[in-house]
Amino acid sequence: MQTKSRNFYLFPYTFWIALFVLAPLGLVLFYSFTDLNGEFTLGNYGAFFTSTYLQLTLSSFWYAFLIAIFSLLVAYPTALLLTKTKHKQLWLLLIIVPSWINLLLKVYAFLGIFGTYGPVNALLEVAGIGPQQLLFTDFSFVLVSVYIFIPFMILPIFNALDKLNPSIVDASRDLGASSWTTFRHVIFPLTIDGVRAGCQLVFIPSLSLFMITRLIAGNQVTTLGTAIEQHFLVTQNWGMGATIAVFLIIAMVIIMFLTGKRGMTNGKKA
Amino acid sequence: MEKKRKWPAIYLSIVFVILYAPIFYLMYYSFNSAGTMYSFDGFTLDWYREVFQDTRLLVIVLNTVINALLSAVVSTIIGVFGALAIMYVKTQRIKNTLLSLNNVLIVSPDVIIGASFLILFTIIGIQLGFTSVLLAHIAFSVPIVVIMVLPKLQEMSPALIDAARDLGASRFEVLSKVILPYITPGIFAGFFMALTYSLDDFAVTFFVTGNGFTTLSVEIYSLARQGVSLTINALSTIIFLVTIGLVIGYYFISRQSGGLTGMGVRK
Repeated sequence: MQTKSRNFYLFPYTFWIALFVLAPLGLVLFYSFTDLNGEFTLGNYGAFFTSTYLQLTLSSFWYAFLIAIFSLLVAYPTALLLTKTKHKQLWLLLIIVPSWINLLLKVYAFLGIFGTYGPVNALLEVAGIGPQQLLFTDFSFVLVSVYIFIPFMILPIFNALDKLNPSIVDASRDLGASSWTTFRHVIFPLTIDGVRAGCQLVFIPSLSLFMITRLIAGNQVTTLGTAIEQHFLVTQNWGMGATIAVFLIIAMVIIMFLTGKRGMTNGKKA
Repeated sequence: MEKKRKWPAIYLSIVFVILYAPIFYLMYYSFNSAGTMYSFDGFTLDWYREVFQDTRLLVIVLNTVINALLSAVVSTIIGVFGALAIMYVKTQRIKNTLLSLNNVLIVSPDVIIGASFLILFTIIGIQLGFTSVLLAHIAFSVPIVVIMVLPKLQEMSPALIDAARDLGASRFEVLSKVILPYITPGIFAGFFMALTYSLDDFAVTFFVTGNGFTTLSVEIYSLARQGVSLTINALSTIIFLVTIGLVIGYYFISRQSGGLTGMGVRK
């Protein structure tokens, strides 16, 4: 009786797992070994290890690294200060709300803000620097990405700080440590899991989001995600696209391994 | 002391201003009669009129909403089954395997999900369009529902089920009269999350949508690629208001179920 009902619940769910989790992953792996005519080949992997794709991977990682670092630099103090406010849950909610606005609209806003006649250039002109080409540069790509990802970084760090027992901080201060020493040796090490989770939530999407690069950076920046989109939807070279996807999955697994699994339940899909 | 108090407030204000400025910038220029995202000329509602008179756009909105509702309903049903299945599995190893497989789609980047579903649908022979988008949305919403429902199931005391069984309830009655009412807040939260993920999704849809079918996100992307058009601004103001409404709705749902458990950042 018991086993019978269990099987009944399992049926639709395992069917979903087989069709939409295992099969797609298997197909990506399978396609990475095929060429344009569907014949078996190792050529895609050969191509991936040429300078073009290695450079692409390296620069994609470099941008993701920059985005994660800058987000962390903004997010950590913000989270720290948020935990000290009254009504901190309300303030946190206000930090989260912008992340619920459709990403494309936020990116689109920067087309105006960074435009030739936009407010940033007007400001630069007043400052005497003169108007600059801001759009379609890697600088604007990093900046917009940091803007998008700040809430992703704040939330896990906030949660880690919120769980921190305040008497530990008090003890450190009582024993004569300065605020900086307390931060460096007590607060930061105890909230490192939040930082890891935040980095994971920022790093993986930074490697893969292709719409920010397409809209803001033009052809100046190619990430792994942009390359996959390019191969699947533009050049129709699915084999090469699948190969890059395999490496993106490998990168993702490595990052998750390095940053711990805690991030998984904290946020949304990357 | 006074001086020390000031800096944190200033820093936080700057962060809040930066977070909200682009959104309000968009909304502000949706009233610009000049038609550009700089030099505000005069107040106009023309762009809103254009949005509401554009039948093609309204059809797209309708498509998006229908697709989101359908995918949320189906994925909630499958997700509840999934949570029950994970709960009832006795072996810890199988339970962990199921949970890991459940999380694959949550952590996978959208490009991977989109590209792999594109291959899948092409192989099975499902024509790209409404069906493929609906299936994709159901597929990526199921694990989210599972994640939202499972904690509710786990916090339920097994004594409740035993008591119902002892008092002579059939298996179906236990499910419909005891378990489901207990986990209803989780089911609602899951449904709501599935709905918003579907409404918001761009990347996966972009891969599996054909030429005939478009959702709002994909339409915004193709409009934005052509450059600035204040219709997008007007549209974004409307979307912003709807989003705020949904957030408030979700806030009340999750307050009923005790705390902002699943409230996370999202893309």
